Amino acid sequence: MSVFETFLNWKVFVDTLPLLLKGLWITIGLGVSAIVLGAAGGLLLALLRLYAPAPVRFLAISYINVFRAIPLLVLLIVIYYALPFVGLRLNSFTSATMALSLVSAAYSAEILRAGIEGVPRGQSEAARALGLSRIRQMTDVILPQAIKLVIPPLTSNAINVMKDTSLASVVAMPDLLKQATQAEALAANPTPLISAALIYIVLLLPFVSLVGVAEIKLARRTR
Amino acid sequence: MAPIIEIQAVHKSYGAFKALNAIDLNVEEGEIVVVIGPSGSGKSTLIRCVNQLEAHESGTIRVHGLDAGRAQDLTRIRTEASMVFQNFNLFPHMSVLRNVALAPVRVRGLTWAEANERARKLLIRVGLAGQIDKYPNQLSGGQQQRVGIARALAMEPKVLLFDEPTSALDPEMVGEVLDVIQQLARTGVTMVIVTHEMGFARRVANRIVFMDAGRIVEVGPPNAIFDAPRDPRLQTFLKSILST
Repeated sequence: MSVFETFLNWKVFVDTLPLLLKGLWITIGLGVSAIVLGAAGGLLLALLRLYAPAPVRFLAISYINVFRAIPLLVLLIVIYYALPFVGLRLNSFTSATMALSLVSAAYSAEILRAGIEGVPRGQSEAARALGLSRIRQMTDVILPQAIKLVIPPLTSNAINVMKDTSLASVVAMPDLLKQATQAEALAANPTPLISAALIYIVLLLPFVSLVGVAEIKLARRTR
Repeated sequence: MAPIIEIQAVHKSYGAFKALNAIDLNVEEGEIVVVIGPSGSGKSTLIRCVNQLEAHESGTIRVHGLDAGRAQDLTRIRTEASMVFQNFNLFPHMSVLRNVALAPVRVRGLTWAEANERARKLLIRVGLAGQIDKYPNQLSGGQQQRVGIARALAMEPKVLLFDEPTSALDPEMVGEVLDVIQQLARTGVTMVIVTHEMGFARRVANRIVFMDAGRIVEVGPPNAIFDAPRDPRLQTFLKSILST
């Protein structure tokens, strides 16, 4: 058997592709849910960390630090295998979404905080001087500018979340990686694994280069 | 009639540094008061206490009868006393028109159509008819500051506060901004202006307030302040300004 027949076997590829695509949709569904939930949670945490009264602020800081310290795989296994012992039985999709968004929220919070702090002081002064309410100061003036500042790191974080969805295969989530390992066993050939790796790369490469371009642009503008 | 701004026994310090020391000042409706003094004399702090961008520590500040120390009155004070900033502080992510129309919608409750109409008229009045749909970073400093003035006027405030409105401008743009402020002065709106432009101060002011080291040292009509200064600190200040 040649190398090509082993690793890039066309027949195996065609036979297992439908399975892989099914897994891809689950990977995308999981990734997008976690990114959206993580961003929403991160925004809430960032605002609490910056503006809440001391006890709440302390809780937000603790959350952010703890969930940046815990390994994602450990959290995922705790949620899926340990919580049932206290009667909380979550299916693999819910467990994975939860683990991914809990961690992503902590990272997003730090990114958004940096963005909010990066908006010049004069902006909030002007917003206050015009009589805008606290919420309007945020939604009309501060957040649009803050989010624009941190689009590159937020996108980087989203890429990480998307990649980390592959960890969900350990809790029997039929995502792209899980489908690939199963297809490999079925076909007794590693082609599905290689295909899965290529699909991850094709999916994420555009975003990776986008971050690169955006960072160069931002650096040029701030100079 | 009560003064539109009443400042009584106001103190403020940053650590050991006394930024405002026993300030008393009333501004009557329709009056134009220009505050002058060396850097660090407290003039910007004073004007920023009026709309509470900085909180004073003791004493009372009233604007249009509203107590600046009361949180409930704060939004109303800020709608009655609009500020023009040294660094313009325009919102860079909004068009010029939106910059001017935003607060009337959010704070005064106008519809966007009404606010845009008002904004358009004001932008024409400050000479920016052609720039309405541009973004702030596409404008020169002088144009940006005129947008800043239009934004303040859009709230139809009782008082306009100018915090060194020309200090961040290139010299060739100072004139266009001062011209706009001088035109406004003729409309009878109350203004408090902190500035280093002495010629402008003399032309536009009803009263000049001279501050030094957190205190109001001398108050009077322009010709008294500039031609017959009494306090030696004012005399020194004027001499240093004129010699440059």
